[in-house]
Order: sequence, then structure tokens, then C-alpha cells
Amino acid sequence: MITSADLMHLSRRPLFPPAVWTAIVAAILVMAALPALNLFFPPGSALHISSYTIAVCGRFMCYAMAALALDLAWGYAGILSLGHGLFFALGGYAHGMYLMRAIGRDGSYHSDLPDFMVFLNWKSYPWYWAFTDHFLYAMLLVVLVPGVLAFVFGYFAFRSRIKGVYFSIITQALTYAAMLLFFRNETGFGGNNGFTDFKRILGFDITQSATRAALYWITLAVLALMLVAARLVTQSKLGRVLTGVRDAENRLRFLGYEPLGFKLFVWTLSAVMCGIAGALYVPQIGIINPGEMSTSNSIEMVIWVATGGRGTLIGPIIGAGVINSLKLWFTSVFPDYWLYALGLVFVLVTLFLPQGIVGLVRQLAARLGGVRSEGIGGRENAEGAK
Amino acid sequence: MHHAVFLPRLHQALLNSVLGATLGLASLSFCAQAQGAAAQQTQQPQAVDLDTSLLSLLASDSSDDKVAAINRLSRLPDPRAAKLLQALADGNVYATPDNAIYLSDDGGATAKDPLTGASQPMPDGSDTLVINNRVRGAIDNARAIAQLRAPAAAERLAAARLLQQSGSEALLPIVDEVLPQETDSLARAALQILQARLRLSSKDPAVARAAADTLGASGNASFRPMLQALLQRNPDGSYAEPDISVRTAAADALERIGRHMKMLEWTGNVFYGLSLGSVLLLAALGLAITFGLMGVINMAHGELLMIGAYATYVVQTFFQHWLPGLVSWYVVAALPVAFIVTALVGMALERTVIRWLYGRPLETLLATWGISLILMQAVRSLFGAQNVEVANPSWMSGGLNLLDGLTIAYNRLAIIVFALMVVFFVWLLLNHTRLGLFVRAITQNRAMADCVGVPTSRIDMLAFGLGSGIAGLGGVALSQLGNVGPALGQGYIVDSFMVVVLGGVGQLAGTVIAGLGLGWVSKFLEPYSGAVMAKIIILVLIVLFVQKRPQGLFAPKGRSAE
Repeated sequence: MITSADLMHLSRRPLFPPAVWTAIVAAILVMAALPALNLFFPPGSALHISSYTIAVCGRFMCYAMAALALDLAWGYAGILSLGHGLFFALGGYAHGMYLMRAIGRDGSYHSDLPDFMVFLNWKSYPWYWAFTDHFLYAMLLVVLVPGVLAFVFGYFAFRSRIKGVYFSIITQALTYAAMLLFFRNETGFGGNNGFTDFKRILGFDITQSATRAALYWITLAVLALMLVAARLVTQSKLGRVLTGVRDAENRLRFLGYEPLGFKLFVWTLSAVMCGIAGALYVPQIGIINPGEMSTSNSIEMVIWVATGGRGTLIGPIIGAGVINSLKLWFTSVFPDYWLYALGLVFVLVTLFLPQGIVGLVRQLAARLGGVRSEGIGGRENAEGAK
Repeated sequence: MHHAVFLPRLHQALLNSVLGATLGLASLSFCAQAQGAAAQQTQQPQAVDLDTSLLSLLASDSSDDKVAAINRLSRLPDPRAAKLLQALADGNVYATPDNAIYLSDDGGATAKDPLTGASQPMPDGSDTLVINNRVRGAIDNARAIAQLRAPAAAERLAAARLLQQSGSEALLPIVDEVLPQETDSLARAALQILQARLRLSSKDPAVARAAADTLGASGNASFRPMLQALLQRNPDGSYAEPDISVRTAAADALERIGRHMKMLEWTGNVFYGLSLGSVLLLAALGLAITFGLMGVINMAHGELLMIGAYATYVVQTFFQHWLPGLVSWYVVAALPVAFIVTALVGMALERTVIRWLYGRPLETLLATWGISLILMQAVRSLFGAQNVEVANPSWMSGGLNLLDGLTIAYNRLAIIVFALMVVFFVWLLLNHTRLGLFVRAITQNRAMADCVGVPTSRIDMLAFGLGSGIAGLGGVALSQLGNVGPALGQGYIVDSFMVVVLGGVGQLAGTVIAGLGLGWVSKFLEPYSGAVMAKIIILVLIVLFVQKRPQGLFAPKGRSAE
């Protein structure tokens, strides 16, 4: 039983313990320094960081955002989504529409329309492309499209009390259907090839190092903001209710809470965060296509969270980095063994690392120092993440 | 994919109508001669005997000459002419550089003179007579005309059917002559349709009307252009067919043909829906046990299907190498092999991974997804990333011609029957064996079953093995329909879960009805929306349906409900 005194105590807790604050700030500073090293030191210099590394780090931060978003829903409210790839891709497509229009007449057909529409013999933009040449409207779409879809879908799903694996399977089916839809040429999203060949963003050349560094810094800032925002949400009273939804939804109901609103809030928030991650991903990677909505992509996001440690917020960010670094290394050195490795990660993490890397670190710290680890999330999260 | 069976027929029909148009002129000339009107055809040589002039005409480079020669050959009562036509059809006719014609039965080693029958070595520089599509059509037509009088009813029927598509009006006297003598009812009906087709352009409105009626009753779509031609207007606004009663009859006939085609399409949809439904059912049935009864979210289910398909491939290869005589029965041998292999894989998974995760469905989902990646990559390492070739055995290829224009492929028929057998097998196992009793007991109340002495751990393993083995059987069936490659399972995993969720967890009957129902709904949607949109619509419909009935079509009632 949580008394009001407890809640008062909880709400006065610091956002992060001091040690974690130090670590986070240090990590942000190091990450922020990377593009500066790329810009100000010439290639060949010992301090130079290659553009490739910058691009990879930028990409990983987008993945980390998606993992963070998924952790809010799965780690705190127990809603396992196998469809976050859809929200990610929708955010990406919404931003991609702006980037496509920013190409202007520089496409290979020198038309006002994107190349794929010229190819399809279309004469004008379909209605849903209206106003996408305005950057701010496109940014609004980045938030609204995944948000509204998640809200409507979530409303119906949570209202009929679809839970657990059923919810997961249905989100998977939804993503699968959307992928089939986006693969069609006549949907107006470029079919198989999606959107690519972007030239500029807000008038800046998208291939320039400076533009890329700016995108990188924006991504880093957004990631840090998201982490703080997610932490605020989970530490608030609302966050406590969400943990209740995860651990014993029926008991919460009997106590007089209607879980629908809480679940819907965190689910929609998670989808919006994922959409923003996708929107930041597209200009850095230079392409968005329906492959992002494939079943395996969404499940891979889940394993980032599970590897890092669900219900810890920092864990998924670490997990996304670790798994993707592994992927990068394997696919360049042993491309044939990557799926074995990934499959093993899935099996071993679920069998032996239910708390993920963060949980492992906490255990080790507790064993070595004999002091109770003050890791973020605290004890209750470690216990709750069953 | 399912319309592929129709396509060759359509193609043939098109080809025939094109041929019919070109052949019309040619056959007109020879038939006219036969009726004693040869005087009008003065430009044609008057040869009525099999002689060297006819043969050199045949050896000419011009297709027109060849067609003319073939048409005359068909009129000759001479058995040597029939033999020559047969040889032409078989591609056994050779021409020397100086345009002499020889037959050969042994691929061009010895040459037989078509007139005398004398054998000699093939002269140097001889080659098989060039036969293009047009000449081939003329050969087929010429042989068909000869076969209208063949002793076997089946041959007469085939000949009449061929001529229905390609015969010209000049044939009419021959048809009028053979029709009264025809005793076989099928051949007689075919001849009547042929006669009607030839009479359609008759100047006598009564004859043309009757002909249009007969064509309408035949329901054959290939007569549509001919009937539509009657309704066309000339550039000056007058109708191509002056008599209004004939035009009405033609319009009626077109409508009847249209109705018949609708009916065919509908029957085809019912069949293909049933066929797709059985495929879904076979894919989902194993999952109905592992997910439906045991509650294990097995994302590696698709890979078990794939392993079953690869087991079929291995058995096929084994038969090709060691038992070539029995190769057409490899599928039967593949069934137990696939069942055992996938059941063993499934039991190994259950013992090593899944049993540690009972009661933690989300973790099971992730772990089994990992297993599916490993299995997929393992198959890729063993058999290569390319698709492997699994051939239909001879008794499964081809199809049953159910109605005019509707062919039912034997492999689809076999899979429907097989799906029914597997459902029966599962039902028998679950409801009439001790294992089935235990599985149902554990489903209802695991703790209680344990208390009364059910070895729950062992039964879990066996039940998971059973579900996996049935997935293997499904894999054998899938290998007969489509490509067998490492990604085979990925395409079925979403579908399989949809079937089980829609049918209701733990309900065999629900799975059957959901599988067949989904098959039918998608086949009836496809003509309106296309295959991909049909799939999307169905997924959305299922998502909506599950909102309304989260427990599926057949929700457990009373105490067993949660």
C-alpha cells in the first residue's frame, strides 16, 4: 500500500542520483565533442573522427530514442509492442515528404514532382501531400501521424482489454499490413524504393559536414531531453500507476483506477517519441523505405530494450548501442554469423539476463561493494521487471 | 498465383482465334474445291493426287504454299497423306536442299520416300521442315478435319472442339454431313456447337438466330467476339447485321455467356478459397496446438514449416539418387520424415529453451524469435540462400477439367484432401488418445493435472513435439505449392497467428473455420481489390474483429474461460 506520505517522498526524489547525473553529463559531452573533432581537425590528424563514425553514432542515437520510447510502454506499462517500427517509419515518411519536396526541380526528371511520381505518370501531388513543403507542417505531421494512429488503435485495443501477447500479435499484424500498403506504388509513398536522394534541408545542403553535425547535435539534444522527460513521467504519480498497470492491472482496477487513460497516454507518448526518432533518422541516413516496417525491425527494437534492461530508461539506450555495434561488427567481419549471434542474444538474454545489462551491473556492484546500488529506477523497477 | 491455371487456357484461346482468322482464307480455298466449285479457283493447281508437285509445294519456303499444300493433303483419301500429316505434326518431315521431301522415324538417319515408302540414307544437307505457328495451326486443322470421321468418339470430340475455335465456313458441308451420323452424345453436342458457329453468319435470319441460341447455350467465352461482331455498327451507322431478330438473339446469347462466366468465376473462387483456406489451416494447425493449447507464443513456428519443406526436398533428392523408380511417391515418404524431423527439433527446443519460460509469454516470444533466426541461418548455411527445387510428383501435376474454362489443379486438390486428413488426425489424437486427454487436462488446470499424476513436464514436451510435427506436415504441403527457401516460414507466421487468434485459442474447430473462412474471404475480395489489398483488408478486419471478440470466434464459455 502506498500512502500519501510515500508519494510525497517519491515526488521529492532527485531526477537521477548524483553519480548517474555525472555519468549522463559526461556521456553527453563526449558525444557532443565528436562532430567538433570531425569538423575542426583535418583528415589524417590523430584527433580526427571520420564522417562515417559520426553518421553511425547519429543513427545509433535515433535507435536509442526508439528503444527509450519502447521502454516507456513495455518496461513501465507492460505493453509489449511489436509495431514500433511502424511509428518510427511513419515519422520518417512524414519528414521524408518535406525532404522530397525540398529537392525541387533537381530530380532526374527536373519536374516539380518527385521522380517516382513522374515515373507513375502522376500530374499533381495527392491530397495528403498538401502543405508538406512547409517544414513546420511536416514536423507537425511527424508528431501527429504516429500519435493519432497510436491513440485510435490504442483506444480500441485497451478498451476491449486486449493485453499481453494478443496485443503484441495485433500490433505486429498492423505493422505487416502497413508495410504491404507502403510497398504499393499507387499509395504515393514511392513503393519499394521509398524516399531517397534528398538534397537539402531548410535550404542547407544535406551532404555538407556542417549540416550533418547540426543534425547530430539536434539528435543528441532531443535524446537527452527525451530521457529527462521519460524520467519525469516515470517518477511522477502517473508513473507509479503505470507500474501498477504493468504488475497487476486487475488489482489496480479494483482499487478504483481506470487503466485505459494511463495506458493510452503512455502508449501515445511512446509512439510520438518513436516517430520523432524516425524523423531524425531519415535525413541522416538519406533514405526511408517500407523495409523499416518489416516484422524483424520491430522485434529487434524489443531486443535492444531487453538487452539493456527493461524499465530502466538508461538500459535501452545502452542496449541499442551495444546490439547495433555488434551488428556493425558482425556484418562487416562475419556476415554469415550475424543472425546466429542475434538469435543467441535473444535466447540468452531472455533466459539468463532478465534484467539486462543494467541489472547485471547493479548485481555486480551490489556484490562487489556490498553497498546497495543506487542505479536509476531504484529497487522497485528491478523487482517489477519480471 | 491461383489464376495461373487459367492463363495457359486463355493464351491458347487467343492463339486459336488468331489462327482461325488466318486459316479461314486458306481452308476456304480447299473446301471450295471439294464441293466441285474448283473452277473458280483457277489460280490453284488442280492436283488432287499425292504427287511430287504437291510435295514440292510443301517444301516451299513460303508459309502460304505450305498451308495450301497441307489443306490439300487433308482432302486426300490416300492413307499416305494421313501418314504424311502425322509426320508433319510430329516434326519428322525432312527437306533436302533441292526441295525433295522425306520422312524419318529415327531422328533423320534414314530417309523414307513419302510416295513409295522406299528407305535410303538421308541425303546430305537435309533438315527438318520449318514449321511456324501458322503452318502448325494448318496441320492441326487439317488433321482435325480428317478426324471428324475417326472411329474413336474421343478423337471426333477433340477434333470438333478444335474446329470450334478455328474452322471456317467452308467446313459447313462436312459438318452437315457427319452430324446426322454422329452417335456419341458429347461429340454430337460439340458438332452442333461447331455447326452453329459456322452458321452464325448465314444470310437466313432463322438459321442465324438458332445458331446464336446454340452458341449462347454453350457458355463458351471464345464465341463472344463473334457475337459482338454482329452487334457492331458500320461507320455509316447501320448495323453489321441488318436483321434485328438476329441482333436480339446475339445479345441474348452474349448475356447467357456472361452469366455462365460469372458462375464459373464464382465456382473457381469457391475452389481457390477452399484451397487457400486449407493452406492457411495446414500452416496454422501446429500453432493451434503449441499456442492454442499450450499457450506458447512460438515465433519459430514458420521455421518449423520451413524445416518440413526442406525435409521434403531432402527426401526428394534421396529418391532421385537411390530410388528413381519410385520418385513419384517421394511425397508420401516425406510425410513421416518431415513429421519426425520437425517433432524432434520442436522437442529439443522445448527441453532447452521453452520450458524455462512457461508462464512468461512475452519472454517466450522473444526467445522463440531468436530461435527462428538461428534456424533460418542454419538452413541457409546447410542448403544455401537460394531456393531449392521441389517438383510436384507426376500424379499431382496437371488438373481436372471440371467445366468448360475451369481447371482444378491436382496439387491443390491433393492439399485440400491432405488438410482434411491432418485435421482428422489431430482430432483423433486429442480426443481419443491418452496423450490427448493429458494435454487437455493440462490446458484446463495444470496444477490439478499434476496432482492426479499426469507427468506434466513430459506431456509438455510431447505436445510441443506434436505441434511441431504437424507444422512439418504443413511444410510438406507448402513445398508442393510454392518456393522452398530459407524465408519460407516468415511469410506464414503472421497469417498463422491470425488464424489461431481469429479461431479462438484452444479451439480446433475454431481454427478450421477461421482458416477456411479467411481463405474464402480473401479469394472473394481479390477480384475487387487485388491480392495485396485483400490481405491488408483482411488484417484490418481481423484487428477490428478481435476488438469486438478478444477471445476469437469460439470463445470458451463458463469455467474454462480464464
